[in-house]
Amino acid sequence: MLNDFSIHVATVNGSGSQTANNVLLRAILQMGVPVSGKNLFPSNIAGLPTWFTIRVSEAGYIARCARNDVLVVMNAETAVDDVAAMGPGSVIVLNDAIKVPAIPADRFVYAVPMAKLMETITTDVKLRRLVVNMIYVGVVGQLLGIDMAEIDRALHAQLGRKPKALALNQAAVRAGAAYAAANLPKRDPYRVERRNLTAGRILIDGNSAAALGAMFGGVTVVSWYPITPSSSLIEALIGYLERFRRDEAGGRATYAVVQAEDEIAAIGMVIGASWAGARAMTATSGPGISLMAEFFGYGYYAEIPAVVWDIQRVGPSTGLPTRTAQGDLSFAYGISHGDTQYPVLLPATVGECFEFGHRAFDFAERLQCPVLVLSDLDLGMNNWMSAPFTYPEHAWDRGKVLTDAELESVAKFERYRDVDGDGIPYRTLPGTRNPKGTYFTRGSGHDEAARYTENPDTYARVMARLRRKVDGARTLLPAPEVSETAGASVGLIAYGSSHGAMIEARDRLAAGSVRTSYLRVRSLPLSPRVHEFVRAHERIVVIEQNRDGQLADRLRAEVPECAERIESVLHFTGLPLDAQTVVDGVSAGVAAGAGR
Amino acid sequence: MSATQTPPAGQPTNRIGLTRADYDGSKTTLCPGCGHNAITGGIIQAAWEAGLEPHRVAKLSGIGCSSKTPAYFLGHSHGFNAVHGRMPSIATGVHAANRELLLIGVSGDGDTASIGIGQFVHLVRRNVPVVYIVENNGVYGLTKGQFSATADVGSTRKGGEANRLMPIDLCALAIELGCGFVARSFSGDQKQLRPLLRAAFAHRGTAVLDVISPCVTFADHEGSTKSYAAVKEHDAPLHDIEYVPYFEDITVDYEPGTTREVTMPDGSHIVLKKLGSDYDPTDPAAAWKVIHEARAEGRMLTGLLFVEPGTRAFDEELKLVDAPLASLPLEVVRPPRAVLSQVMKEHMEGTVPTAAGGG
Repeated sequence: MLNDFSIHVATVNGSGSQTANNVLLRAILQMGVPVSGKNLFPSNIAGLPTWFTIRVSEAGYIARCARNDVLVVMNAETAVDDVAAMGPGSVIVLNDAIKVPAIPADRFVYAVPMAKLMETITTDVKLRRLVVNMIYVGVVGQLLGIDMAEIDRALHAQLGRKPKALALNQAAVRAGAAYAAANLPKRDPYRVERRNLTAGRILIDGNSAAALGAMFGGVTVVSWYPITPSSSLIEALIGYLERFRRDEAGGRATYAVVQAEDEIAAIGMVIGASWAGARAMTATSGPGISLMAEFFGYGYYAEIPAVVWDIQRVGPSTGLPTRTAQGDLSFAYGISHGDTQYPVLLPATVGECFEFGHRAFDFAERLQCPVLVLSDLDLGMNNWMSAPFTYPEHAWDRGKVLTDAELESVAKFERYRDVDGDGIPYRTLPGTRNPKGTYFTRGSGHDEAARYTENPDTYARVMARLRRKVDGARTLLPAPEVSETAGASVGLIAYGSSHGAMIEARDRLAAGSVRTSYLRVRSLPLSPRVHEFVRAHERIVVIEQNRDGQLADRLRAEVPECAERIESVLHFTGLPLDAQTVVDGVSAGVAAGAGR
Repeated sequence: MSATQTPPAGQPTNRIGLTRADYDGSKTTLCPGCGHNAITGGIIQAAWEAGLEPHRVAKLSGIGCSSKTPAYFLGHSHGFNAVHGRMPSIATGVHAANRELLLIGVSGDGDTASIGIGQFVHLVRRNVPVVYIVENNGVYGLTKGQFSATADVGSTRKGGEANRLMPIDLCALAIELGCGFVARSFSGDQKQLRPLLRAAFAHRGTAVLDVISPCVTFADHEGSTKSYAAVKEHDAPLHDIEYVPYFEDITVDYEPGTTREVTMPDGSHIVLKKLGSDYDPTDPAAAWKVIHEARAEGRMLTGLLFVEPGTRAFDEELKLVDAPLASLPLEVVRPPRAVLSQVMKEHMEGTVPTAAGGG
C-alpha cells in the first residue's frame, strides 16, 4: 500500500501517453522510491490499445506484477475488461467520458471530467487529445501523494527544450491535480512517501544500454534491418555514434552504419567487415535471426567473428511482434545446418546489456566465431532502474591476429592450424603485405592451410577442433551468478530478464519457509559451475519464458545423471514473467513432493 | 613474392616489379575449355598490366563454377568464397571496414540473377566500389545444366527442352539502377575484355562486367544461344577498346572523329574506336536503345555500354575518416570516461527521450 503497488494505465497507441507515463515514473524515482515501467504495446502505429504499468516498490522489486492496484481508464475500447480485471480494494481513475458498467462498491472509483478540464487548457482539438494524458498525471499525482514539484521537474527534463509544449502540459497537470484536490477526497490506502533509495540511479532501457556498450567496445561497422523490438538498439547506437564518434563536431565518422536490404545482407556485411578486421555488429529479432542462419554457419566454419544481438520476441513466424519471450535459446545455440555451436551471452539487467555490449566483441574476436547476445523485448524496450554503468577498465582483446611484423618472425602461417593447443588458430587480415599471410576463406571443406579438401579425416579433424574451441569458452565467458542458501533443497535456475521475478519469488518462497538456492546462467556453452549446481541439489527447477523448457533440455543433456530431478516452470504468454508464477510453480512441486 | 623481391631473370616485370606469374593462382579445377578459365587468364593479365599490388586486392565470390575461380588468380591476395548469392553483402562489409582494398568480385548468372538478385541490386544502388564480374553462361553448371535466369528465350538444354521465360539482362538492370560502369564482353575476346577490366579497376564505384562465358559441358550444343559457335556468330562489338593508364602517355594518333575518349577519375583514358555507327557510352538512353535493338535482332552486343566516371562511391556517402575503420586504435573508437559520465547524467536526470514504443 505505502510505496508498494502498481499503476496500470490503459490508453490508445499513438495518443501521446508515453510522455505522461514517463513523467509519473520519473517523479516517483525522484522521490527516492524504486520504480519500474513496462510498456505493453500492440504491433501498430496508432489506434490499438496500449497499457503502461508503473510498479512502485520500496523493496526494489522490478518484475511485472500480475495484479494491478491502480487503474487509469483512458481507452473506451478496453475499459470494460480493464475495469473487470481490478480486484476489491483497488483504485480506478476513470475518464468520465468512458462508459463502463456499474463498478462494485469495494473498488475506489475516481471519475474525472477530463474533456471538460481540457477545455480550459487549449482550444486546439488535436492538442487536447495529446495533452489530456497530463490530466491523469495530475489526478494520480494528487491522489497518491506524488510531489508536484517532482512532476514539474520531470516535465522540465522531458520538455524543457520546447517551452510552449511545456507550459501546456504543466497547465494540464495542474488542472488535474486541482480537480482531484477539490473534488476527489482520498479514500484508498495507496500512496507514495519520500525515501532515499534511488540516489544516483539511472533509468534506461536495455537497448540503449547495449548500444552504449557497443560504442565503448569500439564498434566500427554496424549493419541492420529494422525489426521490432531490436530497431531501438540500432537507433540508439546511431544517436550515440553521431554524437561521440566523429573526428570533430560534425566531422568525419569513425564508424559506418549501413541499413541493409534484409537480415541476410545485414549479417553478410557484418561477416565481411569482421573478416577485414573491423568490430562489426547487427541487432535483430524473430524472423531476422531465422534469415541469418546460413551466414552463422559460415562464420562458425570459416571462423569469422561477429556480434549479433537478438532482442527476442514471441515466435514462431511473425508471432507476437511486440511481446516478450525467451524462445530463441536452442536455436541460437545451434543456428545453421550441420554441427555448430556458438557462444551465447544472456544479459539479465541493463547493466549487463552495457557490459556485454562491449565484451561481446572481445569474445567474438578471441574465439573467431559469431557471438549471440540474447536480450528480449522486456529487457530491451522497457525502462529499468540501475546503478550508473562502469567505464570499461581493460583494453580490448582483438584475438589472434598476425601483423606483417609478426609474420616476419614465424616460419609459416597456416590459417586453421591449432598452434597453441586451445583450438583457436591465428588469422591475418586482407591488406597484409607479407605474402606469407595470404589465405583463401571458404565455407566449403578446408584443411589447416585453408586449402579446399573433401578428405574425410581432415573434415573430421577440423570439426573436432571447432568443438574444442567453443567448448573452451565455458570458462572464458561470463560465469553464472550463484546465490546459495544453506540447507536449501531446491535449486532454481533462470536467465535473462526473468531475474527480477526470481529475486522477488525467492523472497516470497523464503517467507513461506521454502529455502532456495539460485543460479543465473549468463552464457552458453554452460560453465562447469552450472553442472555442479545441478548435481548439488535434490531438486532443480528451471524457470524460462518459453514453451518447451529449452534450457532445461540443455541441462538434462549435459548432466544426464540428474535429468529426472530437473523440472520446468514455463511462462510463455508474451507478458514478462511475474514472481507469483514462479512461486506457484515451485510451490506446486513442493506440494507434490518434488519430482516431475 | 613481394614488390622488393628480384624477379627471375628474363621474365618481364610490370611497373611494380612483378612478373605475370606473381598474379597466378592455384590450378583450375573447372572443365577444360570452360569460358571461365579464359576470364581468369584475362584477370591475371589485366592485373599484371595494371600493376595492382596483390596485398591491396581482395577477391570475393558467391557459389557456383564461376565463384570457384578467385582461387585460380592472384594467389597473393586474400580471398573470400561466400555463400550463394551473398557476395555483395560481404563486399559491402569489407569495403566499410577497409576502403583501401580493391575488391574484385566474381559471380555467375545463377549466383547474381537468381538467388543473389536482391543483393546485386542493392550493391549497385549503394555504388559500393567492386569490380563485379558475372561469368554468364545461362546454365547452372555445378548442378548439371538447369536453366538460369539469364537463359535466352528459345535456348535449349541438352535434352532439347527450350526456355520460355524472359532472360534478365543484368547490364540493362545495372544501368537502370544508376551503375556508373556497365560493360558486356565475351570470354573469347581477350582483346576487348582486358581493357574493360583495366578500366573497371580504375572506376570509383560498382563496375558491372557481364561476360558471356560458354559452358562447354552443358550449353555448348546446337540450340544453346550461349555456345561458343552461337556467341561467335552473334557477337556484335560496339567499338574497339583501348585503355591508357594514367602512368602511360597516349602514343597512338587516332584519326579525328574516329574515337571517343572517356577520362577516369585517376587520369586514365578509355579510348573507344568507332565501328560502324557512333556510340556515346555516357548516354543511358542510348544504351537502353542499343540493348533492346540487339535483343530484338538476336545480336549479342558487347563493349562499354555505359560509363559515368563521376558517380559518388559508397564510402563518400558514409563520410568516413581517412584511415580504414579496421585499423583505428582503441583511443579513437572508445570515447573517454567523460562521455560515459555525461550520458549517465542524462539518464539520471531524465533529459534524454526514453524508449519509444512502436510496432
